[in-house]
Amino acid sequence: MTPHTSLDHSRLRVTDLVRLGGNGLRTRPLRAVLSALGIAIGIAAMVTVIGISSSSQAHLSAQLSRLGTNLLTVTPGQSLSGEQAQLPPEAMSMVARIDGVETVGSVGKIDDAKVYRNSRVDPRQTSGLTVFAAHPDLLEAVRADVTRGHWLDQAPQNYPTVVLGHLAAQRLAAQPGDQVWLGDQYFTVLGTLQPVPLAPELDTAALVGQKAAEHLLGFDGHPTTVYERSSDARVSAVRALLPRTVNPEHPEEVQVSRPSDALAAKDAVLESYTGLFVGLGCVALLVGGIGVANTMVITVLERRREIGLRRALGAARRHISIQFLVEALLLSAMGGLTGVALALTATAGYALSQGWPVSMPLAVPLAGITATTLIGALAGLYPALRAARTPPMVALSS
Amino acid sequence: MNVRTDPALRLPGSSSPVVLLDGVSRYYGGSASPVPALAEVTTSITYGELVAITGPSGSGKSTLLNLIGTLDRPSSGRIIVDGHDLAALDDRRLSALRAHRMGFVFQHFHLAEGTTALDNVADGLLYTGLPRRERRARAGDALHTVGLGHRLRHRPHQLSGGERQRVAIARAVVGDPVLLLADEPTGALDSNSGGAIVDLLHRLNDNGTTVVVITHDVQLAARLPRCLSLRDGRLIADSAYPTAAEASR
Repeated sequence: MTPHTSLDHSRLRVTDLVRLGGNGLRTRPLRAVLSALGIAIGIAAMVTVIGISSSSQAHLSAQLSRLGTNLLTVTPGQSLSGEQAQLPPEAMSMVARIDGVETVGSVGKIDDAKVYRNSRVDPRQTSGLTVFAAHPDLLEAVRADVTRGHWLDQAPQNYPTVVLGHLAAQRLAAQPGDQVWLGDQYFTVLGTLQPVPLAPELDTAALVGQKAAEHLLGFDGHPTTVYERSSDARVSAVRALLPRTVNPEHPEEVQVSRPSDALAAKDAVLESYTGLFVGLGCVALLVGGIGVANTMVITVLERRREIGLRRALGAARRHISIQFLVEALLLSAMGGLTGVALALTATAGYALSQGWPVSMPLAVPLAGITATTLIGALAGLYPALRAARTPPMVALSS
Repeated sequence: MNVRTDPALRLPGSSSPVVLLDGVSRYYGGSASPVPALAEVTTSITYGELVAITGPSGSGKSTLLNLIGTLDRPSSGRIIVDGHDLAALDDRRLSALRAHRMGFVFQHFHLAEGTTALDNVADGLLYTGLPRRERRARAGDALHTVGLGHRLRHRPHQLSGGERQRVAIARAVVGDPVLLLADEPTGALDSNSGGAIVDLLHRLNDNGTTVVVITHDVQLAARLPRCLSLRDGRLIADSAYPTAAEASR
């Protein structure tokens, strides 16, 4: 036995370190689960909100690529004197002549005519429905589909027939073949339409053929909205030409808009809520981190004996602090992984229930786990240093 | 013995001390009114000795053991353990000294509940950096040495007090330390189990380990070759000092 050992440092293997860190969690599983839960909820809230927002965007871009962003609508604005302007009756055919325009359709609102389920309904109960005189090409221009029955071009133009928008059919409880009270007579329902996302005004519309509208309802022939689709490349050129084409004398009385912009704007509103919820998630995460710190402080106090023993067995202060730091890291990583798993499930569940594609940028869960790990490190730092400062002889005599 | 002027302190050989205390004092409390727990203790323990430290409660026995065991630092004086001046060592090197050269045994065993005897003993090597398989193999050997070869997989609550203390001793000696420090190792045991523990300490000492045992059991102390008596923090008697210690070498 030689008295002169050259002293190396005491060493703790990494695998042993991880095992030690896990030990603390295994011996008090309920406490570990509860304090990890705080972190899990915070991270789950954040990742879910981002995931849902991302899925909603994926849905929107899929919707836009299906509906097209090349639809422009032309509506009358106001004249300089402040009166409601009108589009000329020939607006549609003039728009059709613009270079690049592929399809054109139009509707003309008939203010005097209302639609009811039958003649006995109180005339004031319009159910928010509007009567339009519709051009046969309307359906193609807005890419609407007939749910049941037929479109207007399938019946003689002079007969009292009507096609109902999606909501109008619901509110009138009408199916193809039924009769609805429109103007001062019964019209036969020819068909019903599917929802039209780019022209929601058609959902609450009763659409009557132009000839029938003129003869039976006194339609004046002025369209109130012209729908136009061009090739994607020509959209802005067409947009610039539209006012002058539709009303050469008073182009300022013509309004042109792009309905797909409204959908995108709706999404932007959702986006701002996302920021708010992510902020709330941050607060939850912070509270979770404080929970972990609290748990670790208590753990360190309770395990003074263990700390003293480890010091006697040759643990350096840094071994003690790293052990408790690893424990805090494992605790919050456990919470982080659980939270991300929860978030993925919630996102998938919500997106599928909305009929959206499930979309989650990979960076988000990764950032979430990184954030929890950082929080774990921060939360564990003070308790770990405190554990390392525990005097071993005091710990052992207790 | 005048350690203050002894430059040959670090010379190897059977007569060199494994522990050397030179005017060691330890005060507790604030600097305004320090309470002395140990005052001006000067002594030495040679490699291979088996020493009892006795004294009534509060006499400074545990303080002395903690100082020798590098778990505490003296307020003044110099301590040399296994050739190392403790004042010159930082926390890492002190820890290494404990990990490689010392073993501790406590009155209340301090075994990890829910962990097998084998793994409790293997933890005695945790901070040496040995791989787990190797630690367990050596732990098995150590448990055989203390006569618990048939209890490897038992957990502390399945063992008697005497068996638990033998597990703790196995943990202390699994790293083959030069210095075994035991703080009231029989204090929580009945006399039969206590006697077996003392026999075990004797056997370990026969194999070359220096053993220092704190006890307030006078009979136990009488069975050991050398006895240091403390009272009020002062070393008041040394059964081997000076001639007996030299004769026993």
